[in-house]
Amino acid sequence: MPDENEFEGEYQGGTVKRFLYVNRRAPHGTIYPHETLEMVLIAAAFDQDVTVVFLDDGVYQIKKDQDTKGIGIKNFTPAFRALDDYDVEKLYVEKESLEARGLTAEDLLVPVEVVSTEELREIMAEQDVVLGG
Amino acid sequence: MKLGILVNEGPFTHQASDTAYRFTEAALAKGHEIPRVFFYHDGVNNANKLSEPQSDDRNLVKLWSELGEKHGLDLVVCVAAALRRGMTDELLAAGFRISGLGQLIETGIEADRLVVFGD
Amino acid sequence: MASRMLHTVNKSPFERNSLNSCLRLARKGSAVLLIEDGVYAAVAGTSVAERVSERMAELSFYVLGPDVAARGLGGAPLIEGFRVVDYDGFVDLVAEHDATQAWL
Repeated sequence: MPDENEFEGEYQGGTVKRFLYVNRRAPHGTIYPHETLEMVLIAAAFDQDVTVVFLDDGVYQIKKDQDTKGIGIKNFTPAFRALDDYDVEKLYVEKESLEARGLTAEDLLVPVEVVSTEELREIMAEQDVVLGG
Repeated sequence: MKLGILVNEGPFTHQASDTAYRFTEAALAKGHEIPRVFFYHDGVNNANKLSEPQSDDRNLVKLWSELGEKHGLDLVVCVAAALRRGMTDELLAAGFRISGLGQLIETGIEADRLVVFGD
Repeated sequence: MASRMLHTVNKSPFERNSLNSCLRLARKGSAVLLIEDGVYAAVAGTSVAERVSERMAELSFYVLGPDVAARGLGGAPLIEGFRVVDYDGFVDLVAEHDATQAWL
């Protein structure tokens, strides 16, 4: 989770852009998913129109039952459940990526909309700022 | 046009910062405005003035510093990513400053485009 | 509203799935620019060339020349339809498209 001081000087410009966060990496192996989630929360604090998508290994980020005690790394993934509190409600998972990994929506720790590749293509095409990747 | 830049990798392990630098240089030469270059993840290491590459190789910390100075660029290092990696104000090369991740979002809002360089 | 994206791919298609995912999800009418290790996918005759060619009619393909030359491929034939740009051309592509997405 970001520090409180990250929210200082909240954006007053009134402009709302569509921010897309693309999660394509598995959690814990690298820090990218953790720090990308921090970017999501900040954009939400700026009252931007935030969409978060999970595809490829990114779907593993929201796998239920992650227990990082044994590897000594802080488990950031419960923070995905806080997205709703930040009014980040547009979470999409690509069906093809889930199926390729033997997962279903039941395996995920947050409510998401499972979409086809064609649907995801349309969602991802209509954005102003794309982060993650 | 206003082009915001995000650099997600340090100066040596990946080519990302090199590409970002060349892109920024080309954009400035073409008359575009670069409102901010934001350094996130290991990208914060681009600001480390103690970096000393071999003399026959490029020195990206110095290159960013000099480009920043020449064009008055706002080179911003993310505070949370910097603290994790031991990057403090005392280590900052000329022209860099440490600030919040909100500055990246602000760049995304205010620039016409945000271009991401990472790994 | 129809927006046109510029997709950049900087990973070798032989090591990572970034190009695959980009080709799967880039919408018709957008552009793909291969940079850094991504440029290996622009070379003709490789095992990924057909996958790229399949989308040539719907997407515009570009490759960053300095990265091609740096990797010893300056003289190699590229997949038909690829346009070679320099950093100036990269900047122009960013300016000409509505948004940029980096496939890392």
